[in-house]
Amino acid sequence: MENLLITILLTSIPILLAGLGELVTEKSGVLNLGVEGMMLCGAVAALGSVLIFGNPYIGILFGAIAGILISTVFSFFTITLMTNQVATGLGLTIFATALTGLIGEPFVGKTAASLPKLEIIFLSDIPYIGKILFSNDILVYFAIFLIFFIHFGFQNTKIGIIIRAVGDNHDSAHSIGYSVKLVRWISTSFGGMCAGMGGAYIPLALTPHWSEGMTAGKGWIALALVVFSSWMPIRLLIGALIFGGITILQFVAQARGWDVPSQFLNMLPYLATILALALISLKLRHNNYAPACLGKHFLGNK
Amino acid sequence: MYKNFLKIITFLSILVSPFLFTSAYAKTKVGFVYLTTPGDHGWTYAHELGKQMVKKEFGNDVEISIVENVPEGPDATRVIRELAKQGNQIIFTTSFGYMEPTLKVAKEFPNVKFEHMTGYKRTKNVATGNIRFYEGRYVQGVVAGLMTKTNKIGYIGAYPISEVIMGINAFAQGLRSVNKKATISVIWANTWYDPVKEADAAKVHIAEGADILAQHTDSPAMLQIAEKNGALGFGQSTDMGAFAPKAQLFASVNNWGPYYIKKIKQLKDGKWNTGGGPDHWAGNTWGGLSTNMLTLSNFSNMPTDVAKKAQAAHDEIKSGKLKIFAGPLKTNDGKEIIGAGKTLDDGALWGMNYYLEGVTGKVPK
Repeated sequence: MENLLITILLTSIPILLAGLGELVTEKSGVLNLGVEGMMLCGAVAALGSVLIFGNPYIGILFGAIAGILISTVFSFFTITLMTNQVATGLGLTIFATALTGLIGEPFVGKTAASLPKLEIIFLSDIPYIGKILFSNDILVYFAIFLIFFIHFGFQNTKIGIIIRAVGDNHDSAHSIGYSVKLVRWISTSFGGMCAGMGGAYIPLALTPHWSEGMTAGKGWIALALVVFSSWMPIRLLIGALIFGGITILQFVAQARGWDVPSQFLNMLPYLATILALALISLKLRHNNYAPACLGKHFLGNK
Repeated sequence: MYKNFLKIITFLSILVSPFLFTSAYAKTKVGFVYLTTPGDHGWTYAHELGKQMVKKEFGNDVEISIVENVPEGPDATRVIRELAKQGNQIIFTTSFGYMEPTLKVAKEFPNVKFEHMTGYKRTKNVATGNIRFYEGRYVQGVVAGLMTKTNKIGYIGAYPISEVIMGINAFAQGLRSVNKKATISVIWANTWYDPVKEADAAKVHIAEGADILAQHTDSPAMLQIAEKNGALGFGQSTDMGAFAPKAQLFASVNNWGPYYIKKIKQLKDGKWNTGGGPDHWAGNTWGGLSTNMLTLSNFSNMPTDVAKKAQAAHDEIKSGKLKIFAGPLKTNDGKEIIGAGKTLDDGALWGMNYYLEGVTGKVPK
C-alpha cells in the first residue's frame, strides 16, 4: 500500500508542475495550449543533457531552460504579434512533438541516471507517512513548495496582485502604469519553465529513457486540471493526485484481477477530465473564477 | 518531329532502364517495414540484426529498402504499397498490426511476395513467419519459480491475443513444474511499445508484492524499474542486460536472420511458396529453440543450480523431449482442456483464449 501511494504521488508530479506553471500563465490572461509540447521539450532536453553531463540535476536545469525557450516562441507570436492564442498554442504542441522526435532520435534506447532520493532526517522515519512524504527526489519537494509559493504569492505579494490585475482587467492595469505585455511575457515564461521541469521529471524519475511523445497526453490533463482547480494551486494538487491515482488504478485493477475491461480503465483519466470540466462549467455560471481577460489580446502599445 | 522523336526515345529508355539493370545484375529487391526506429534493443532491433545477416549472406545480390517508424493502420498500407510500387519482389512486414494492411496490398500486387510477422492470415502471396516465443517463456517460468520469494510473478502483456496468451500459459507451465504455490498476475498495457506505461505497470506489480517480472512488450522500461527496486526480470527480443545488469535473469533473443535468408533463397530459386494445406502451414515459418530462431542469452543473477535447471529445460525443449503443453491441462477456473497423455497441437495454441492453472484473473474479452 505504501509503495502504491508513493507511485501515485510520483505519477502526479509532472501534471502538477506543468499545471502550476499554466495556472500562473492563465492568471496573467494568457491561454497557452502548448503545455504538452513544452513538456516534451523539457523531457528531451533533460534526457539529452543528462546523457552528456551525467548529472540528473543538470537535467532539471536544461529542462527548465528548454521550456522557457519554447514558451518564448509562443509569447513572441501571441503577445507581440497578437496571433490567436488557441491556434498558436495548438501549433506549438504539434511543432514541438515533431521537433522533439527529431532531436530525441539519437537518444532512443539510451538510459539516463535518475534523480536520487533525498531522505529528510527524522521526518522520513515517521511510520507510514514518513516514507511517502519525506523520502523523495528534489522535484517532489520543489513541486510542493511551488504550490504554497504560488498560493501566497497571489494572495500576499505585490507581484502576484499585479499578475492578477493584468489577467482580470488589462486596460486598468495598463492605465495605472503596469506593462501588460512584460507581465504576460514573464508569466508565460514561468509557465514554460514549470512545464519544462514537469516534462523533465518523466525521463529523470519515472521512465529512465526517451521515447517519442513520451508525455502521452499529460500536458492536456494539466491544462484541464487548471480549470478543474478553478485557478487555485492547492486544489490543483488534489486534482493531480486524483489523476495520478486513476492512472495507477487501471494497472492495480488488472494486477488484482478485478473484472473490468482494461480498455475501459485506460479511458478513465480522460473521462475524468471531461467530467471535471463539465462540473466546473456548471459551477462557473454562479461563481466566476476564470481570469476575466483570459485569452484576450491586449491592444495597447506598451 | 525529330525533336518529338528524341523525346519519346529518352522517355522510353528511362522507363525501360530499371528493367535493364535488374536483369543485368539479377538483384533481388527486398523491402522491410519496421514499427519503430531500430535503436539498440528490442523487437525492431532484432529484425535489424536479421536484415544485417541477409546483407552479409547475399551481399550485392540484394537491394534492401527499409521504412522505419511505420504506425500500424492506414499509414502501414500506404508504406507497403509504396514499397511494392518501387519494385521490391519480397516485402517483410515486421509487426502483428500490419496483418490487414499487408493482405490489402498483396491483393493489389499479386506478383510481389509478402512475409508477415507475426500474423495468422495467409493468401497465395502472403506467407507468415513467427517464432515459438513461448518456448523461452517456459524456461523463464522455471527460473521464476525457483527464484521467487513472494511467490508472486508480475507479467506485462501487450494485447490479449493468442500469441501473448500462449506465452503466459507456457510461463505458467514452467513455473508450476518447479513451484506449485507461485501465481502470475497479468497487466495488459494495450500497446507493444510505450515505456511510460510499461514502467507504470512494473511499478504496480512490485507494489503489489511481485518480485519477478516478465514482459511481452518491447521496451526495457520494466527491467529498469526492476533494477531500481531490487526485483528481477526477463529481457525481451534482445539481450537487455545493459539496461539492468543486476535485474536481468536472462532474455529470450529473437533470431530472424535464418528465416529471411531461407525465404529470399526460395524466391531466387523460384521455389517461394506458402504451402498447400488449408492453413498453408507447410510453407510458413514457425521456428523455435530447435531451429535457432529463438535463443536464450546468458543466465545471470541466479545461483548455479537454478541456471543448471534452466539449461536442462532449454535442452529438453530443444531436443523435443519436453512437451510444454502436454496434458493433463486445466484452465485456471478448473475446466479440463486435455487429459493425460495428449498434447496440444499448433492449431490449439492459436485458439488459446483462456489461462491455465497458475495464472490469476480472466482473459479480457
